[in-house]
Amino acid sequence: MDLILDGIRKAFELIITFDPEVLGITMLSLKVSGIATLISLVIGIFIGTAVALNRFPGRGFIISLINTGMGLPPVVVGLFVTIFLWRSGPFGYLEILYTPTAIVIAQTIIATPIVMGITLAAVQQLPPNLRLQILALGATRLQLLWILAKEARLPLLSAIMAGFGGVISEVGASMMVGGNIKGYSRVLTTATVMETGRGNFDMAIALSIILLLLAFTINAVLTRIQQKRRPR
Amino acid sequence: MNTTFPHLEVKDLLVKRAGVTVLDIPSLSIEHGDVLGLLGPNGAGKSSLLLALARLLKVERGAILCNGRNTVAGDGAFDYRRSIAMVFQEPLLFDTTVFHNVAAGLKIRHWKGKDIQESVTRALHRFGIARLTGRDARKLSGGEAQRTSLARAFATEPGIILLDEPFSSLDPMTRESLMDDLQSVLRDTKTTAIMATHDRMEALRLSKRLAVMKDGSIVQIGSVDEVMNHPVDEFVASFVGMESILHGVVNKNQEGMMSVSIGDREINTIGYARAGDRVLCCIRPEHVTLSTVHDGEQSSARNTFAARIVKITPMGPFHRIELDCGFYLAAYITGPSLDILALKEGGEIYVSFKATAVHVIPR
Repeated sequence: MDLILDGIRKAFELIITFDPEVLGITMLSLKVSGIATLISLVIGIFIGTAVALNRFPGRGFIISLINTGMGLPPVVVGLFVTIFLWRSGPFGYLEILYTPTAIVIAQTIIATPIVMGITLAAVQQLPPNLRLQILALGATRLQLLWILAKEARLPLLSAIMAGFGGVISEVGASMMVGGNIKGYSRVLTTATVMETGRGNFDMAIALSIILLLLAFTINAVLTRIQQKRRPR
Repeated sequence: MNTTFPHLEVKDLLVKRAGVTVLDIPSLSIEHGDVLGLLGPNGAGKSSLLLALARLLKVERGAILCNGRNTVAGDGAFDYRRSIAMVFQEPLLFDTTVFHNVAAGLKIRHWKGKDIQESVTRALHRFGIARLTGRDARKLSGGEAQRTSLARAFATEPGIILLDEPFSSLDPMTRESLMDDLQSVLRDTKTTAIMATHDRMEALRLSKRLAVMKDGSIVQIGSVDEVMNHPVDEFVASFVGMESILHGVVNKNQEGMMSVSIGDREINTIGYARAGDRVLCCIRPEHVTLSTVHDGEQSSARNTFAARIVKITPMGPFHRIELDCGFYLAAYITGPSLDILALKEGGEIYVSFKATAVHVIPR
């Protein structure tokens, strides 16, 4: 019990005193997962909306792929990104394995199907004639996408939450492609695994609390936007 | 406004969906300020025609011209679509206020603040919903929502408006008042309108011309009077309310005064069919008069028959009487007249109608 209480006390000390190492890891986590989520939003919303609005051969298969992708195991993503970025791999010449960029790539691959799947479902549940009504109002393709995204903004906020939540908390891919290099590619989850392994529970608890707080804060902000949705 | 060309013109239009022809219209011309009612049963192609005219449907073949200029299909069509507007059966409002809904088309056209404000305010007043401007669109009643949808369409001051059964989901009272408003807006703005409906009363109320559609084609197009009183075939006749459609053979024709055999009875009518021709005699129920005495020579009606009342059906302000006078005949009668004549199912009555009330279609 003392172990836990001591751990929590020390954890709060580390957080309150803005321990440089903890701060660095937190900022890198936010940056990497934030960028990955943003990229996945752009790709996921665009493709999700396009698949929802258009009928083409193989559409059902694509939707099945997207739905399967929503549950991609991070270690599998980590494995394939590692192979692709390995020195002798197809993109080895880029020399980005074990860098934050590699983590961004892996996390984008994890988050994109999640955003895509939720977008697809969100746009599909809009009234079928809404697309025609928007076009009949004189909208261009881009204006159509923008208005549809606004109409589906509530489920799309869920897509952001699910995408960000999925990547900030994954550990397998980040560990494999980032290498958990101190001060360079160490993020909250990989650091927590390492500190736990070393028996540094105070540090591990501090990192976990930050991870929880981050996830909670971001979801709270998005939930607030979601609930305050309509202009009066 | 270019008045040399029709406002909208369709040439040799063919539209297919999943390999099935849904529209096949060799030609259709709509002049500036025309209000064309598209009448037809479900699946006749009314909505498809409106979507094709809005260039929202892939066209297999043919051209759609606006003011003599060909409209383009696909992504480039937004330029043409900005000169028209379309209102659907469901209001399809956006998840925002009434004001922002009505302003949607203007924002798409990149209008600026003051112009948007003025145009939206005018449209809201036209449809009597100025008081709803700040209201959440998702909390409107059906009538208010459809008014908002119409205001959104008219806010952009379109040259042409396409209306796809805009009143069909409204209760009778709301429908009445909204039709009044739409009628005056169309009159004031002189907007060219094409309205699909399966309700002929709606079409009669608003249209200057009528087109009756069946299986993706226009069966008849003309003035309201022409289509309502001179249908070209049995389908149009039944659709425009000619409830009694009788198959007969012309006995004789003397300078346009014909007598037609319907079974063992004979109807006097006017027309130019020759003796021996097979024809359809169409009679509107409102043109049939009922009487308990034989008017005979006292009446100008050339056709009088003794009939048995088969069925009396209340239809709101009037009753529909189905009669057997050697052939089937339907008549309308008001409630007070029903009481005065003491009509009962199985009872006997005299029916009469004028020779001019019979519309003859060659078979």
